[in-house]
Amino acid sequence: MSSLTGNPANVPPLEIHDLTVAYRNKPVLWGIDLVAPAGKLIGIVGPNGAGKSTLIKACMGLLPCSSGWVTAFGRPVTQSLNRVGYVPQRESVDWDFPVSVMDVVLMGRYGRIGLFKRPSSEDRRIARECLEQVQMLPFSDRQISNLSGGQQQRVFLARALAQESDMYFMDEPFAGVDAATESAIISLLQGLRSRGKTIFVVHHDLPTARTYFDWLLLLNMRVVAFGPTEEVFTPELLQKTYGGRLTILSEVAEAVRGQGSLT
Amino acid sequence: MTLIPEFQAHRVFVEPWTTELGSHGLMALVTFLVGATCGLIGNFLILRRMALLGDAISHSVLPGIALAFLITGSRGIGAMVLGAMVAAWLTHGLIELISRHSRLKQDAAIGIAFSTLFAIGVVLIAVFADKVDLDQDCVLNGELPMIPLEPPVRLGGWVLGPPPLLRLAVVLMVSLVLLVTFYKELLITSFDPGLAACLGIRVGVIHHGLMLWLSMVVVASFEAVGAILVIALLILPGATASLLTDRMIPRLAWTTVHAALSAISGMHLSVALDCSPAGATVVAGAGWFCVVWLFSPTEGLILRGWRYRMGSVDSRLRSPEIPLNSETP
Repeated sequence: MSSLTGNPANVPPLEIHDLTVAYRNKPVLWGIDLVAPAGKLIGIVGPNGAGKSTLIKACMGLLPCSSGWVTAFGRPVTQSLNRVGYVPQRESVDWDFPVSVMDVVLMGRYGRIGLFKRPSSEDRRIARECLEQVQMLPFSDRQISNLSGGQQQRVFLARALAQESDMYFMDEPFAGVDAATESAIISLLQGLRSRGKTIFVVHHDLPTARTYFDWLLLLNMRVVAFGPTEEVFTPELLQKTYGGRLTILSEVAEAVRGQGSLT
Repeated sequence: MTLIPEFQAHRVFVEPWTTELGSHGLMALVTFLVGATCGLIGNFLILRRMALLGDAISHSVLPGIALAFLITGSRGIGAMVLGAMVAAWLTHGLIELISRHSRLKQDAAIGIAFSTLFAIGVVLIAVFADKVDLDQDCVLNGELPMIPLEPPVRLGGWVLGPPPLLRLAVVLMVSLVLLVTFYKELLITSFDPGLAACLGIRVGVIHHGLMLWLSMVVVASFEAVGAILVIALLILPGATASLLTDRMIPRLAWTTVHAALSAISGMHLSVALDCSPAGATVVAGAGWFCVVWLFSPTEGLILRGWRYRMGSVDSRLRSPEIPLNSETP
């Protein structure tokens, strides 16, 4: 069975066909078509309101689609949920919730534990390992509101690791974190990628997007471009993605200049 | 003639536990069962920011019960629970319908839905007063003092107690079983419904299950304390417990402690003031909430004020040191 489900060579981890998502009859995403390669770290960039978060939520089946379909590993997402991990935006949860860091990471195991059962010692061992990987093990008994933003993001990441998925969707994991956490997260993601996992990351910062990701998805309601970073990180395509916004344009210019000095 | 009855220590503190144990002691036990049952589920309502929904459902139970009466013509507990559950679902559906298909936000939708259903209940009872053997006062305020007067259920040679007491005990047991069985699912769907859905947990099923559980608890409780005071007992114990601990299991334990303290002090208060025991229990519960709010060792206003005066930062704002090593294995 593992040989059947574990070959990413010919079954793409994610395939989206003609996906349209509307909110109150206003389309947010329009005719999205893409086939994602396996084992890549893929950045999703685009202006505010481009539908970045909406896209990953729709991929996970959290939002109703007006048309089109999404498959993960060749099957509808709802049937391959155990192979897909999700890191929501940090602000999407209540950090005053009465749980410890350990409890949150264990939640990543809930999908595998099943109904009527409690986390086993094996689940706890895996959770501890994941916390160790993000250097949060010393904090495992702490209540989650007593953490800095970067530490909260690390906890979320540890929880995603505990899901032991083959593909991950991460919604702005770098938002509001310190520099140390940002570099810790990126090296962790690169580690996952080298183990053949596919990772989608919603990202806001253009200059770092170029260095962080193997592939980029330029999104603005539609797919502007999807391909290897060196092919799609061009002034023309970025301008097409961001439109005529001045501040963004100067950022693009700066980012592209940075690229020029590197190559 | 004085407004407040003369204070008699023996009558207030000793008699409820000796000669009056069968009436006042029993009432305290009933309010404890209500407080504990409501408090346990109330914790999840608070965490899911659904406290108002509890309010809505406790009110809209009225038309449900009235209709169940009209249709079945009986005061059977089964019909009542069924009617209340249908009403609870209707309220819930109405709230969703209004907030989804209009500009109104959920709080306004809740306000419209439950007051409408509650009013329908009042009208139904008034119009069919000859057919519906329901007392509005009893529905709103409960009939706690009547419970000790009901003939007790006997099993073999044992006197088990009046039927409402047994019903509440059963509902508390069922609540505990549900809590233990679905603790994991309740926790994750309250904390992060998005992740829960991604893990294949049926968030909608858990949500509707919680609504069903809530309507069962409300129906069992309202005949003791009335529809109005149920909301206080849904929220007060959990709210008090949340100021004492930041972990879930201790929080549930403190909820039960608060329910017990409110029940006992409320009973003494009602004897002392010769007032409604249900009202006195809620007043006592609110009193305990205030005490904890002021004196809690972690969240208490006094301690926080003192810390502020001393110039030290609130512990909740102090960020723990971040490990700077960014290497990952």
